Amino acid sequence: MIVSLFYKCKTYRRKFWFAAISILLIVLSTSPVHADDLIMVRSTQAFPEAMTNLQHTIINRGYQLIRVQRVDIGLTASGFKTDKYRLVFFGDKYMVEELPNKYPELIPYLPLKIVIYAEEDQTLILGMNPVNLEKYYPDNPELARAFNQWKKDLESILHEAQKDED
Amino acid sequence: MKSTMFDLVKNCFILTICLLCFGSRFALATYPEPDGKKLYDLHCSACHGENGRGGVGVPLALPDFLNTASDQYLQKTIRLGRPGRIMPAFTSLRNEQISAIVQFIHTWSDTTPTQYPETPVQGDRHKGAQLYSKHCAACHGNNGEGGHGTGVTYSRPRDLPIIAPALRNAGFLAAASDQMIKATLIKGRKNTPMPSFLKQGLVEKDINDLVSYIRSFEKTVQQGRDKPVEQQAKPTLVYESSYSFEETVENLKGAAIGANFRIIREQYFNEGLAEPGKEDKQKKIVYFCNFNTLNQALAIDSRVGLFLPCRITVVKHKGKVLVMSINPKLLSNFFNNSELDRLCQQMYETYLAILEETTL
Ligand code: HEC
Ligand code: HEC
Repeated sequence: MIVSLFYKCKTYRRKFWFAAISILLIVLSTSPVHADDLIMVRSTQAFPEAMTNLQHTIINRGYQLIRVQRVDIGLTASGFKTDKYRLVFFGDKYMVEELPNKYPELIPYLPLKIVIYAEEDQTLILGMNPVNLEKYYPDNPELARAFNQWKKDLESILHEAQKDED
Repeated sequence: MKSTMFDLVKNCFILTICLLCFGSRFALATYPEPDGKKLYDLHCSACHGENGRGGVGVPLALPDFLNTASDQYLQKTIRLGRPGRIMPAFTSLRNEQISAIVQFIHTWSDTTPTQYPETPVQGDRHKGAQLYSKHCAACHGNNGEGGHGTGVTYSRPRDLPIIAPALRNAGFLAAASDQMIKATLIKGRKNTPMPSFLKQGLVEKDINDLVSYIRSFEKTVQQGRDKPVEQQAKPTLVYESSYSFEETVENLKGAAIGANFRIIREQYFNEGLAEPGKEDKQKKIVYFCNFNTLNQALAIDSRVGLFLPCRITVVKHKGKVLVMSINPKLLSNFFNNSELDRLCQQMYETYLAILEETTL
């Protein structure tokens, strides 16, 4: 529909304006929902399946799985009903090698990580929204792009991991 | 010249018309009838459970809750959240979306949503205060600040199966009408620790006094939450060391142990990404932990493992040796949990002390 209207615009000038304003409209109408500080999902899968699923989705998103860390091996000893509590680190060369050499003060936040833990027979999965860091680097399009890309990836990793695999 | 101007104006006009038509089409296309279940799954189920059984949040699928909660209460609770008590304010959901979520929540119960008259409850708040100390403070806190932790204690070790919500809370007070609070005290909530106070032997007048007392919290409650961290605070704590890289790493471990931590792991920053043997030897992470603090933190808020165990990184950058950590004060902003603020402040001081000791 839009495309056919575009072709109906006879002059280049009209085509230009039409395109420009359509783009503006599209941008306006899809403005972001809202910046959650933490991004958190519940998977109805039990921990082991959810964990496997999460690792697959990280890799499918083009990241390397760096390490899985137990937060505390002694959790159950101290009254917790579960010791299924892990940190999953993931990243790529850009995140862990290129950017840190340029912005060393980002290093403590990298590589990105996801917390995954059991809540009875289900699993909670969450991460920090990297866009939280954007306001500390005003006028830095390179970092803004990186933070927003990471946020998008994190969201799709979590939402993908939330789905039951067949 | 003239004709160009004319063209331009004409084009703009035509385009405006096109846009107006399209604008509304877009509006329709991007705002379909909201799907309450989908929205609930996306925004609420992580904390309240996919079927409203609770988790980090309190249970919602309770008959006694659903037949005392008005739609207005649910809508306002979603919109305003509970400042400092984890439940976020959903400021960017549209009213139709919030209504759809409320509709969906109602599918868990066959009762019709209650509506309350606006009439305030008249009572003696001083008497209410006494009754409160006697009957409520043990669970809801001496000052109505809520129990320690929140929600259901699935995995966390705590005193009650469900933690009593905060009552001295701007979100709660703005959402709950006097009549709804009264109904809650009269009925209680079966299958939760919250009893019916008529059955506990209080009479209606006592309950009115209690409601007046709870309403009086409004005078002292913080609207919204003080953001604990000034916006200009840096996200990273950075100290420069005058020692060599290796010496600095050793100092750091000594300082962490001196501050009562156990070193649990030491690794190169890009270990696991770089080929083994080819890691960047100028960037090293030291992880350390104090199990007491860790368990305390997890019992308050199970999400906090995201920033644990403690970690400090030593980096050689442009000839300088830098020692750095995240700024734990910043974390307060992410969790909306005032109980955690104290812990974050503590962690902040600990990190500073270790960084200082390392570079001294
Ligand atoms: C044994 C612990 C306990 C005692 C004592 C108790 N409560 Fe509660 N109360 C709870 C719990 C737990 C809930 C949350 C129940 C749920 O999951 O819906 C609650 C819920 C409430 C609510 C609804 C708040 C909300 O956000 O949903 C109000 C109001 C309330 N209590 C007031 C009182 C008052 C006033 C007293 C004293 C007269 C009192 N409670 C005594 C445990 C207690
Ligand atoms: C990050 C966790 C979290 C999320 C996400 C969340 N909540 Fe909550 N919610 C809580 C907590 C925790 C409380 C109890 C606050 C307290 O203990 O003082 C609560 C309280 C409530 C209450 C009051 C319950 C009562 O007994 O009066 C309602 C209603 C509610 N939430 C609905 C929702 C809905 C609907 C959504 C999604 C739009 C949502 N919440 C998202 C954590 C959350």
